Amino acid sequence: MAYNGDSDHSPAQQSRMPTPIKLLVAGGFGVGKTTFVGSVSEIEPLSTEETITAASIGTDDLTGVGDKVTTTVALDFGRITLDPQHILYLFGTPGQDRFWFMWNELSDGAFGAVVLADTRRLEDCFPALDFFERRGTQFIVAVNEFDTGFHYEPEEVRAALDLKPNIPIVCCDARDPRSATLVLVTLTKHLMSAAASSVR
Amino acid sequence: MSSFEHPLLDDDAGPLVRPYTVSNGRTAPTAKLDLLSLVRSTGQLRPSQLEAEHAEALLLCREPISVAEVSAHLRLPAMVIKVLLSDLVDVGAIIAQAPDPAVDTTDQTVLEALLNGLQRRL
Ligand SMILES: Nc1nc2c(ncn2[C@@H]2O[C@H](COP(=O)(O)OP(=O)(O)OP(=O)(O)O)[C@@H](O)[C@H]2O)c(=O)[nH]1
Ligand SMILES: [Mg+2]
Repeated sequence: MAYNGDSDHSPAQQSRMPTPIKLLVAGGFGVGKTTFVGSVSEIEPLSTEETITAASIGTDDLTGVGDKVTTTVALDFGRITLDPQHILYLFGTPGQDRFWFMWNELSDGAFGAVVLADTRRLEDCFPALDFFERRGTQFIVAVNEFDTGFHYEPEEVRAALDLKPNIPIVCCDARDPRSATLVLVTLTKHLMSAAASSVR
Repeated sequence: MSSFEHPLLDDDAGPLVRPYTVSNGRTAPTAKLDLLSLVRSTGQLRPSQLEAEHAEALLLCREPISVAEVSAHLRLPAMVIKVLLSDLVDVGAIIAQAPDPAVDTTDQTVLEALLNGLQRRL
């Protein structure tokens, strides 16, 4: 932990800053987003308060200072150091619908998303599904199995959510690091095949 | 990023005001920083040459770290941390790298690094 005062940071070294990879965890209120992010993260679950302006709603008109709405939201995030050159940052989207406008900012540059669903309230994930479909952000659906929830087969969930056949649906326990990590593996494989099939 | 002059006038900004004094009351960072901007110490300034909050932030920057993490570790809102870090950029203590706005999210090399890194944790 000694302070490294005499290392010289040449331009070559500067270009070796790692690449951050951003993934999102979305879903309705109380579905387990914070739990999921915390259980896969290598660091304690962190949260930060970010100030967001509603002027960022899909428009590039930032001049309307007069009626700009500013709000502060708490964001959960986690980190996984993948290798010296790649860091995964996982952001939990705020559950409250009234903050939907910041998802644009959050989802800029995101590689993909996990939409968490709770079988007791499947419809709660509709806003997240709509949002990612509209933005063209690749996603998978992970059913977080609460003990008191009904057990549905993935195909039943697919029908209920009207999901395309190519979108993976997996079950998970957001509290279990291995289970949550497997969800991310499924998402990554989905991203790889989506990327491969988009190359013409 | 837009100007943040107005939030301070909000009625409910009360408890948030104190931290802003850390950055001498300024609320707009000079460097454009994003939650996912990575910052790293240049080694040109020692933490002991700086005031408390700047020194703490600089200590966190020995390894590349995101603005979001610095904010979480120092328990200060991201907006405050952006001003602090932008001060450190201005004096040459750290370098910052904004996330690539044109990032290719279908880059197979990056996706493979993601897959391998995740599978190593299973
Ligand atoms: N039984 C069970 N409980 C869970 C599971 N995942 C989360 N919980 C619990 O459900 C509650 C809500 O989980 P959170 O992770 O806070 O949910 P969230 O989506 O972040 O909630 P908001 O941020 O308020 O929208 C917590 O009490 C968790 O402990 C799970 O897989 N099984
Ligand atoms: Mg939460």
